[in-house]
Parts: sequence; structure tokens; C-alpha cells
Amino acid sequence: MIESPEGSASVGELVLSLRGISKNFGAVSALTDIDFDVHAGEVVALVGDNGAGKSTLVKILAGVHQPSSGTINFRGRAVTLPDPRAALTLGIATVFQDLALCENLDVVANIFLGNELSPLRLDEVAMEMRAWTLLNELSARIPSVREAVASLSGGQRQTVAIARSLLLEPKLILLDEPTAALGVAQTAEVLNLIDRVRARGLGVVMISHNMEDVRAVADRIVVLRLGRNNGVFEPDASNQDLVSAITGASNNAVSRRAERLRAERDHSAQAGEQRP
Amino acid sequence: MTERGNSAPLALDRADARVKHEAGIGGAVRAFLDRVRSGDLGSLPVIVGLVVIWTVFTSLNPVFVSSSNLVNLLFDCSTVGVIALGIVCVLMVGEIDLSVGSISGFASAMVGTLWVNQGWPVALAILAALAFGALIGSLYALLFNRLGMPSFVSTLAGLLAVLGMQLYILGSTGSINLPYGSALVDFGQLMVMPKWVSHTLAAIPGLAMLVSGLRTFARRRAANLSTPSMAGLILRVAALTVGLELIVAYLNQSRGIPWMFGLFVGLVVAMNYALTRTKWGRSMTAVGGNREAARRAGIKVRAIYLSAFALCSLFAALGGVLAAARLASASQQAGTGDVNLNAIAAAVIGGTSLFGGRGSAYSALLGIIVIQSIASGLTLLDLSSSLRYMITGAVLAIAVIVDSLARRSRASHGRA
Repeated sequence: MIESPEGSASVGELVLSLRGISKNFGAVSALTDIDFDVHAGEVVALVGDNGAGKSTLVKILAGVHQPSSGTINFRGRAVTLPDPRAALTLGIATVFQDLALCENLDVVANIFLGNELSPLRLDEVAMEMRAWTLLNELSARIPSVREAVASLSGGQRQTVAIARSLLLEPKLILLDEPTAALGVAQTAEVLNLIDRVRARGLGVVMISHNMEDVRAVADRIVVLRLGRNNGVFEPDASNQDLVSAITGASNNAVSRRAERLRAERDHSAQAGEQRP
Repeated sequence: MTERGNSAPLALDRADARVKHEAGIGGAVRAFLDRVRSGDLGSLPVIVGLVVIWTVFTSLNPVFVSSSNLVNLLFDCSTVGVIALGIVCVLMVGEIDLSVGSISGFASAMVGTLWVNQGWPVALAILAALAFGALIGSLYALLFNRLGMPSFVSTLAGLLAVLGMQLYILGSTGSINLPYGSALVDFGQLMVMPKWVSHTLAAIPGLAMLVSGLRTFARRRAANLSTPSMAGLILRVAALTVGLELIVAYLNQSRGIPWMFGLFVGLVVAMNYALTRTKWGRSMTAVGGNREAARRAGIKVRAIYLSAFALCSLFAALGGVLAAARLASASQQAGTGDVNLNAIAAAVIGGTSLFGGRGSAYSALLGIIVIQSIASGLTLLDLSSSLRYMITGAVLAIAVIVDSLARRSRASHGRA
């Protein structure tokens, strides 16, 4: 049951790599020269103050917005994401902050929405079986998949939304504020879910304002500030360092120091990989 | 992870000990009562309403339940019923079409002009009317999708514009009589099923239910999912078959089941399949429930709206053609008056929500039987149409109140 987050998830293949991503909305630069990497089996937390560009970055990855400049490499290939469908087909699944579930449909219908099996004669039995398999893999606690989503609690809905994102066998999952609306116990359940998703070897990007949650699951913490990279931290970085990187209240020496530490650690990690 | 010491292997969907699963027939009844209490009424209000209406009218005038009156009722149901079926489509996606009456009137006028005045083959004239209906619906969808025009307004504009077109093509004469003895008029007024056909057709739903039930049973067991109660299935099949056969036998005492009503029921069954068992129907429900979620799930929301509006107007045009056949005329009055509201009222009374995302094709069938029962009963009592309008209006108001209250109750009981 207890999977320690610092139990060094083996950093695998580079799933996603952004270089020099910028996004302008008219005269406003929402993102400037963003570099961002995600590896398989890694949880990357994306933190920053309001207006830092976190959601814009996730929307670019989900295919909702297109970057003004910069390159997106997904599994070693340069890709473009013109619409949400393209991102889904590539294997980038997004769990939106509002979950985007249809309350009037049951759990199975929601999980398969837009991807139903045999469109002219819905295969309910096969879909229900697959839904249970997905939910069980996540150790989800859903009383019945034939209940409308309206009757589920917030945590259960979060589980359904995550299960839906796993349906198309994605390589990368984007979670926008997965714990924002949840209570203590439900937050813990969602964090456990994230641990299990990582254990399946997927790359996870999590946006959160809650430093405690971020520390609990993240392998790396990427800070954005005013649309720019503002440092990468280890989960054991001090609260003061993180807060000052997010708010920019302190001098930039903090982030420079963290960058240097990270480079050293990366170096030793690579050396560690060369050892079997 | 809880350890389970059970010896019997648990079905995939029965592993959670916290959930109460009702079993057997008693369980099915208890689960039904639970659903009703939490506001998931389904077609219960309309069935209760129908029983009340029929009891009242029969006690006032026993002719009401005579088989000949009921056969006439079925003839009358079919025309507006088909229009109500279209209304179900637009209500499912949370929109409305207020112009179905005008479209039906224009379609009947088109058939009259093209067939009787211009000498087109009748089939071609009907096809042209249906194509026109689909075109108008597509126009509404275009205005809605591209210009963001609320369907309430665009169809209200359509109500007037299409009525104007109807008056224009009927010209100064104002009405065109369709020839008696033609196949179309016979279909609308006379043609009934032979007894053996109606009895065979009445047996089919039960058989279909049995076959699909057994198939689902076997597949669910093979998939290690819980299986529905076999006794319940057989009970439902038996009740359905016996009920339908009794109704058919009663109606066959007079003229029998109209072919036109058969067409209506056939369309209802087809629409029910499309709405519940296809990806298109699932998308309709999703768009009606949460449009943005449907869009993010990759559903082509605009195409869904287009299909809903086009189908609604298509059914309205077909209803107009059937009404022309029923009356053997295409007149300036066709499709005016209470046709519009009767069609919308039928869908809502039958249990399709005005708020989108909830409904069923069967609500058109049940709702129109309620509406026509009121009309027929009041006609038998020799009451004027003024009273009929008032009573139908009151019934519609009650139906919408029930819909709103049930919705509120569902929300507080955590059901959609």
C-alpha cells in the first residue's frame, strides 16, 4: 500500500521534450522560451503563481492552443498538435481541472465517450469489462459503473476522469489541479492513483498549488514565473526556496543554486546509469 | 487492499462490499421504488396520468374505451406523434424547435401542390417535402453553429417564415383536396393491418427482448460480470407479450391496427435503438448533458446539433404529409393552431426533459397518447376546443412541473 515517492522511480525514456516554446496572445507573452522535459515513469510537478503560464502550457500539450514558436518532441519525433484529437492520438491524455465528465451518463459511457466500441451496435458488455479492468488497475473504489456520474463523490469522479485518460494507452498524462477540490482523504486517494500511474511507466505532469501534494508525489518540480522557466527543484527543496522561486520575492540566487545542484545530481545520475 | 476469504469467485462488478446489490424479483421492485423516490421517475408519471385520464373519461362516457374509438385515436396519434419524435431529438441536445407545426403544414401544402396541381408522382412529391424539411433543419443548425443564434429565436422566425411560404404556395384557393381512393389517403384513413399481421407484430417485441436478454446473460457470464435475474427477464417478456396481444385482440374487434400507427411505432423503435445503442445516440445524450465535456472527448458537437435539427424538421415534414393523408387535404389551417404545442407537450409529458440530456423515443409515443386521449375524450363529451386548449395547457404545465421537481430531487439524491 505504501509506495514511497522518493523510492527513486527509474528515469526512463525521454517522453516529451519542449524547446523554446513561446505563446503570445496578441501583445501578451503568456509563455517565453520554455524548456520542459518529461521522462517515462516520472511525475513532474508544474508550479507557479496565477498567470505564470501553467495552464497555457498544458493547453498547448493538450492541443487546445498552438505555440507561437518552439518545438515539441514527443518520443523522439518532432510533432505538431493542431487539435485535441491529435494529442489524444499521439498518446497525450489530459485530465482537465473541471474533469469534463457528463453527469447524466454512467461511468462506462463517460470512460468510453468518443471512443465507443462498435459504433452501430454498442458493445456494452465489452465496455463494462474494460472499464472494470481500468478501475481495478487503479485500485479505484467505484460502487457501480452503471450509476450516473452525478451520484459519485469528488474523489470518485477524479478516479473516473483518470481512468478515462488511461483508456487510449497514453504515454503521457497531464493532470490540471487534480487535488484542488478534494478533501484530505480523497486527496490521498488521488495521490495514490498518481503513484500507481507512474508505476505503470507513464510520464505524468501535474499542476498544483498545494506544495504538500507536490512534495508527496513529484520527482521533479518545475517552476514557472511570468511565462518563463524559473528553476527546477527536487521534492526535498525547502519551502522557502520554492515559494521565493514562485513569487520572485527573493533574489534569484536560490534558483541558480538549485539549477547547479540539479546539474550535479543529473551528472551523478547519468554516471549511476552507466553503472548497471 | 482488503483480503477476501470468500470461496466463491466474485463477479468483476460485485467486488465492492459496500454496495447493496438487489437480487431477484423482489429486489428489482425495491430498486425501482428507490429510483422513484429519488426522482428518477422515467415514464411513471405519464402512465399514472394515462390511467387517471382514461378512468375519468370512461366514467363520463363509456364509448371512450370502445375499440372503434381507440382505433380512431391511434389514427390521430400517428401524425402529431411523428412530429413529437422529432421534438425528442432536439430536446435531447437541450435545444428546441418551435416551427415544427409550420414545417408540417408547409410539407402538406407541398405534397398537395406538387402532386395534385403539378401532376408529380406522389412518391416524388413526398420526397421533395421531406427534403425540404431536412433543409430547414440544417439551416437552423447552421444559424446555431456558425452564428450562435439561439434555437428558440431562429425557430420562432422559422415558424412565421415557413407559415408564410405555406400560405404563398397554396395561393388564393387556400386549400387543395387530395383525391379519395389514392394510396396516400387510404393509408391515412383506412388501411389497417390484417389480424394475423398485427398479432405477429405484437409477439416480436417480447421475442426480441428474450433473445437479446439471453445473449446478454451469456456474454456477461462469460465476461465474469454479474448477470441480471433470469426470472425477471422471463416475467417481463411474458407480461409484455400478453399485454400487447390483449391490446391487439381488443382493437381487432373493430377495424384493427392502422398501418399508419404501425409506421409511427416502427419509427419510435428505430429512434430508440439509435438513441440508446449507437455511438451517435450516446453523443446526443452527452452533448445534451455537458456540451463542453463532449467537445473535449473528441465528439464533433456541431455535427451532432446538425443531425438533431435536421432529423426534427424531417420528422415534422413527415408528420405533415401524414396529416394531409389523414385529412385528405392540404389547407391553410394545416399545422397551425395547437399542432406545435401538442408535439412539444407530447415529448415533455412522455418524460423527455426540457433541460437536455434525458429522454427517450418512447416518450413521444406515450405523450401523444395522453394528448390525443384528452382531445378524444373532450370531443366525445361535446366540449368545445376552447376547453380542450385550456385542459391541454394545464396538462403541459403539470408535466413541466413534474420534470422540474424530479430534476431537483435527482440533484439532491445525487442522480443526474
